[in-house]
Amino acid sequence: MNSHSAVQAANRNHENWTPLLEMAVREVFELMLGCQLTAPTEGEETTPDYTAMVGLAGQLCGLLSIRCHGKSAALMASKMLGVDLDKVGPEVSDALGEVCNMAAGNFKNKVAGLAEGCMLSPPTVVTGSDYTLHSLSDSPSIEVRLFFEGMLIVISLQINS
Amino acid sequence: MTIRALIIDDSSVMRKIVERSLRQAGIDLAPVLEAGNGAEALVVLQENKVDLILCDVNMPVMDGLEFIKQLPGVPNAKDVPVVMITTEGSESHVVQALSSGARGYIRKPFTPEQVREHVVPVLAGKS
Repeated sequence: MNSHSAVQAANRNHENWTPLLEMAVREVFELMLGCQLTAPTEGEETTPDYTAMVGLAGQLCGLLSIRCHGKSAALMASKMLGVDLDKVGPEVSDALGEVCNMAAGNFKNKVAGLAEGCMLSPPTVVTGSDYTLHSLSDSPSIEVRLFFEGMLIVISLQINS
Repeated sequence: MTIRALIIDDSSVMRKIVERSLRQAGIDLAPVLEAGNGAEALVVLQENKVDLILCDVNMPVMDGLEFIKQLPGVPNAKDVPVVMITTEGSESHVVQALSSGARGYIRKPFTPEQVREHVVPVLAGKS
């Protein structure tokens, strides 16, 4: 088995990726936003209306998305820019897209073989909640749910191949 | 010494973060110049002298690696040190950037301490 095949074989066990994905996202928030994400608790769950997506291609083909409420996205922008929440404007989508981009990059750098063998698309941000994301049938996915300043964010990795 | 920096990134939020990180790293900055891609940066450099360039890799229009290749053609900037800042953390990306002329490479996400570690030696001419 060559090294490429070995990496592919090792990476078929996607369940092992959940803690890596969580760690990757936590690190982005700690280093770039200066805050700790916490485990979800019982409480109100608002409907996410901001979705950032980054595509992955190469040894891993898929889509990493981060969904959150607009208030969360605005607070992320506020923390990243170092300005008060009421001063945040059109940068909200840019900020959430960058968070998703860094999370995707940080995640692939943690999985053996993916740093070299996987490329990222530029981030795309969708606003609104009235949509359905259709992916290939039977494609596995990983989901991590965390609280950011008491608000839910949902990180998903849809794996196509 | 006050440093005039040019920050190149297609994300305006990321440009602000890089600027803040430089200040938090203790680097005395003059007002920062910004560009959204390599092509814009080449235009900025034709009219401005800078001491340091921090550049993303993946950008539309002209990416960071192409920008570095074209930098020697800009009289104002051919000797200005470039530090790449990117999510691409693979060894081959680092080697490619450094062999293209970058003097440093910072992976996102980063801390101000990491910025200082990579930028200060470059400014001191030690890298």
